[in-house]
Amino acid sequence: MSRHRSGAPAALLVPALIGLAFLVLPLLGLVIRAPWSRLGALLADPGVLTALRLSLITATVATALCVLFGVPLAWLLAQPGLPGRSLLRALVTVPLVLPPVVGGVALLLVLGRRGLLGGWLDRAFGVTLPFTPAAVVLAEAFVALPFLVLSVEGALRAADRRYEEAAATLGAGRWTVFRRVTLPLVAPGVLAGAVLAWARALGEFGATITFAGSFPGRTQTMPIAVYLALETNPEAAVALSLVLLAVSVVTLACLRDRWVTRV
Amino acid sequence: MKRVIATLSAAALLVAGCGGSSTGGAMENAAARKVTGQVVVFAAASLKESFTRIGTEFEAAHPGTTVTFNFGASSTLARNITQGAPADVFAAASPATMKTVTSAGEADGEPAVFVRNQLQIVVPRGNPAKVTGLADFARADLKIALCAKQVPCGAAAERAFAAAGVVPKPDTFEQDVKATLTKVVLGEVDAALVYRTDVRAAGDKVIGVDFPEAAKAINDYPIVALKSAPNAAAAGAFVAFVQSAKGQATLAKAGFAAP
Repeated sequence: MSRHRSGAPAALLVPALIGLAFLVLPLLGLVIRAPWSRLGALLADPGVLTALRLSLITATVATALCVLFGVPLAWLLAQPGLPGRSLLRALVTVPLVLPPVVGGVALLLVLGRRGLLGGWLDRAFGVTLPFTPAAVVLAEAFVALPFLVLSVEGALRAADRRYEEAAATLGAGRWTVFRRVTLPLVAPGVLAGAVLAWARALGEFGATITFAGSFPGRTQTMPIAVYLALETNPEAAVALSLVLLAVSVVTLACLRDRWVTRV
Repeated sequence: MKRVIATLSAAALLVAGCGGSSTGGAMENAAARKVTGQVVVFAAASLKESFTRIGTEFEAAHPGTTVTFNFGASSTLARNITQGAPADVFAAASPATMKTVTSAGEADGEPAVFVRNQLQIVVPRGNPAKVTGLADFARADLKIALCAKQVPCGAAAERAFAAAGVVPKPDTFEQDVKATLTKVVLGEVDAALVYRTDVRAAGDKVIGVDFPEAAKAINDYPIVALKSAPNAAAAGAFVAFVQSAKGQATLAKAGFAAP
């Protein structure tokens, strides 16, 4: 590959650099235009910390749910000879391409107080989900789950099946094979998927504000706080955005070298 | 000679137009020029139904024009305008959000108040939580939605609660008045504070409950043509049309009060 480096065609290089600039420049703008001198005062607002804490907790819980249900779902999708697999995979991918607000409306219609399942929850247990942190977690998990499933499924299909077969030949049960052989094999894929899902959950806006509403400390996550701050205090919005940017960059930097590139 | 006179009188008309109040000037300019093309109107979410109707009436009165609306929270629209969104007219739900636009030097003349609106309690059909007044908003067992205080209906709600001496216990602060109303229409909350006009627009899906403190939280709606309007002639004509007897009648039908 290095032999041909000098011959990189301009037809590819120029659009590649434009694409890179397009991705990097807005973030650079955020950093340059940030009110650095007043940053401390702007971020010292107790509301900022509340929103950040809520965001971190809900995104982490949502990711845990994604792993809990997403890994088995990915395993199911990766089974050879599974009937209707392409349809199943399409269903799993829908939330990925769906506008998040539509996801929020759908969640409201199913899990809302008058929703198909939510109505029953309310009558039977007196539990209502909207406007609670649980609703934030559900909204985030809804949009983040496909990222994890597709990532893990890819890893499962790329894994060498002969290890599993060997383990089975040696007398291991199916559960033991999954736990002791399959899972360690695809661990990097699970982690990569979990990081993607976490990042997606952290940035979730549309489904959250639609399904969970917005209340400081309970359902007002960082992206919603940024949006509302922009209405009256753009400087505060920039400061909040900077925090989200820093959290995302640090997370990716910590994990990228160790795990993500290996997949 | 004839031509000179024509030019002079045109100039005089123009001077008269500029010298008059903003609305008067807009009206005369509109009369002087033929109005065509697209006019883009940024309007408060609460104006959705009435302005959509006025838009159709305007298109009928000025053949060759199309009115395109962008409805949303007044504060969001004001920010979009100051950041250069291509708009001809801005109609806000509060003087405070209009001020964002005027102090950025984006308004063409002084904004004119064209209607006033009043808050009303809105509850789902059947009023399951038996809400009767603002005091019910302090009940912790009810699900309550209010507008975020950054948007005009939220600011008005704050004034109403202050006047009533009630500390509300809301479950959510929605980003605009229509989002607040939607939570009631879907039955997800037991009560919310929206404009009287929104309650009327939602029809029989919701019930409006009047409360005395509403008189202390009345919102003035200002409208203005924008300086950087791509279609200045149509902008002036639209502002004039909203203030005309016909436009005012449509707004009154939606539940707005005259300024």
